[in-house]
Amino acid sequence: MKRVVITGAGTINALGHSVPATLAAMREGQCGIGPLELRDVERLSIRIGGQVHGYDPETAFNRQQIALYDRFTQFTLLAAHEAIAQSGLEFDGELAARAGVVLGTAGGGVQTWDENYRAVYEDGKNRVHPFVVPKLMNNAAASHVSIQYNLKGPSFTVATACASSNHAMGQAFMMVRCGMAPAMVTGGSESMLCFGGVKAWEGLRVMSRDACRPFSLGRNGMVQGEGAGIFVFEEYEHARARGAEILAEVAGFAMTSDASDIVMPSKQGAARAIAGAMRDAGVNPDEVGYINAHGTGTLANDKTECAAVADVFGHHADDLMISSTKSMHGHLIGGTGAVELLACIMALRDGVIAPTIGYEEPDPECALDVVPNVARDAKVGVVLSNAFAFGGLNAVLALRGV
Amino acid sequence: MTDPIHDTVIRILAEQAVLEPRDVSPEQTLTDLGIDSLGLVECIFAIEETFDISVPFNANDPAQSQFDISSVAAIIGAVKTLMADQNGA
Repeated sequence: MKRVVITGAGTINALGHSVPATLAAMREGQCGIGPLELRDVERLSIRIGGQVHGYDPETAFNRQQIALYDRFTQFTLLAAHEAIAQSGLEFDGELAARAGVVLGTAGGGVQTWDENYRAVYEDGKNRVHPFVVPKLMNNAAASHVSIQYNLKGPSFTVATACASSNHAMGQAFMMVRCGMAPAMVTGGSESMLCFGGVKAWEGLRVMSRDACRPFSLGRNGMVQGEGAGIFVFEEYEHARARGAEILAEVAGFAMTSDASDIVMPSKQGAARAIAGAMRDAGVNPDEVGYINAHGTGTLANDKTECAAVADVFGHHADDLMISSTKSMHGHLIGGTGAVELLACIMALRDGVIAPTIGYEEPDPECALDVVPNVARDAKVGVVLSNAFAFGGLNAVLALRGV
Repeated sequence: MTDPIHDTVIRILAEQAVLEPRDVSPEQTLTDLGIDSLGLVECIFAIEETFDISVPFNANDPAQSQFDISSVAAIIGAVKTLMADQNGA
């Protein structure tokens, strides 16, 4: 089996419009969550989110492109540009024929659904723009990356709710590892901060009205975010041969299913995924220094996740660090694992552990080192990134420093 | 004497619990009725739609939600309070 490394990273999210800006914000423990600016916000009961501000599509894309690119596709293309530019890869010939793109999104073109339902239902229009279908389809972002960068190998989109991008990156990892593709573009994207996208989440009664405070006693729910995280996964020898800068090694991946409840998380399902990722990476539990938690800020997730970590790691659970950057950028749903992987890379490369901000008081049911409020300098060799989706679908990645 | 709010809340809870309304009594808790957290969220939705009220309830922190769900009677009382507050009835 081949080794797989990351040679490019890109993002746009509430914390920044690039990887350096995002990592700087994570290091500073900045909060990207604030009042939502969207149409009919006064009819929402949840009015905060991790929105991307200071972004004007018209400066990034022309009119024809905007007619085809939903906001989740725009985010994907911006992040892909940063990642592929950093990797230095040019996709042509044999490389282009075999390289592909696997992305995660839960909702795809939710903004496009929302706008056009409004047009036909509320405004009573009988006609929508001809590109509504190619704009809203879940694979639109993956296809536009493929088109723009000449990626002609295996490309598709994975939708597993909040684990979508981890599942997608796991697929890309396995394709490179088994020799199917020398390089893959992967990650995820989400943009459902529109009236319908927030209204749907309100219904479940798990959203916070004020802040995302993972692991903190008195936490009152999750906060939605938006954006994209895109990476170039490349076969190690391929990257070395061309002298590429290596950001980290993707060492292992595991996925499990709870097979129990459609929304309540399962300690066993999470624990099996965490243990599986370490086994796949060939690392011992005591080598893991940091876990980027799923850490949604709901009562149920955070205590279940901490119990799973305690079960898997035993005494070592007290020595490792676990933080949730959702406290800063919000929950990007299908794109969240991709943006959170940046915190994992920062831990391995820069020796900086991103904090869990908004932390007020310890919860006895989350009695781990959650790196409260302030980033920490620490040298770690192996890190994990957790994602546990509604539907009981879990996906955990293991990364190693190179 | 009939109490339509009482009867309607009982009917909503009974439907969720898959029980006959006569088998639901005021002193019972949601646990007694076998209604879990997801079932409770559905009950609250039905209460909001039926009575045209907004129920302050967050599943992460039921105790802080200012909507007493400790028993069937408590829920009926809480609905009456909300109706008086929100509809001026």
